[in-house]
Amino acid sequence: MLYQFTLKPMTDVKIIEIKKSVFADNDKDADALRSELKRRGVYLLNLMSAPGSGKTTTLIQTLNRIKDRIKVAVMEADIDSDVDAVKIKEATGIPSIQLHTGGMCHLDAEMTRQGLDNVSMDGVDLVILENVGNLVCPAEFDTGAVRNAMILSVPEGHDKPLKYPLMFTVCDLVIINKIDVMPYFDFDLEKCREYIHMRNPEARIIPICAKTGEGVDVLADWLVAEVQNWKQA
Amino acid sequence: MHELGIVFYIIRDVKETALQNNVNHVSAVVMNIGEVSTVIPEYLTDCWRWAADKEEMLKGCELRINTIPAVTRCDTCGSEYDTVRYGKKCPHCGSDDTWLLCGNEVEIKEIEVT
Repeated sequence: MLYQFTLKPMTDVKIIEIKKSVFADNDKDADALRSELKRRGVYLLNLMSAPGSGKTTTLIQTLNRIKDRIKVAVMEADIDSDVDAVKIKEATGIPSIQLHTGGMCHLDAEMTRQGLDNVSMDGVDLVILENVGNLVCPAEFDTGAVRNAMILSVPEGHDKPLKYPLMFTVCDLVIINKIDVMPYFDFDLEKCREYIHMRNPEARIIPICAKTGEGVDVLADWLVAEVQNWKQA
Repeated sequence: MHELGIVFYIIRDVKETALQNNVNHVSAVVMNIGEVSTVIPEYLTDCWRWAADKEEMLKGCELRINTIPAVTRCDTCGSEYDTVRYGKKCPHCGSDDTWLLCGNEVEIKEIEVT
């Protein structure tokens, strides 16, 4: 190993020790946001996934099944464009606002708070945050959500939990989407469950097909019960 | 590219510390970055150069990185091993009952001021 030395007169430099995690401030902001939302009775769900996993389609199918039972709002986070927000509004009638991260690959608690300031929260029970499509960075930044959920789609492969351990560690719910094409992709659902539980033994797993609607009722019921139990707790 | 977001956090913390200590200019920031923290040191220093030079207090300020090796501990046999080489499964007894002891750090260690 090579060591590099910089020679300077000792009196020149003063060292101030900080020793603080870069994520500490965000974790604090996230906890503050979580308590504030608890006071207001608004359940925030942080939904993550890789690009192309069917997040928006899953959301539309789910929203249409829960919108008469609880009051929902949606925040879409993308690097650019508002196609997702428009699509959701058209397909479900649910108000959706679009956040632009300005090139950043994730949302943090402060950005989430700013987004929520633009959502009309009157009587809203549940806000779903559709995070930027990415399996690495969003896992690192606590948004202040009550629960983290992620969508893993069949074409991505059943070994994804091994490749993106942190994402699967932080998620309370894993939705396995596109199960209709399972036979074409050698996707082993049992192996997938095993790998997810290696990362998080408590994770709830719900297999669905957003296109045909298979399994979406289970997801919708789970979500409504989650929100109601949390509000009563 | 979460490195850019991380750089913004570092800048915020460093500026805050500098102000508290009545410092006008910071010459170096030393980071502890774990081997499995998912932060790529080269990207971090590139983003740092771009963003730090926009701040009067941090113009020319160097970002130095200490790499912290990743070590996993096995609760079944009690051994500690190299995470990058062996991953989740203990190379000594084959158990999955293991956890990361260190190597996940993204931490500002100290700053140098002149």
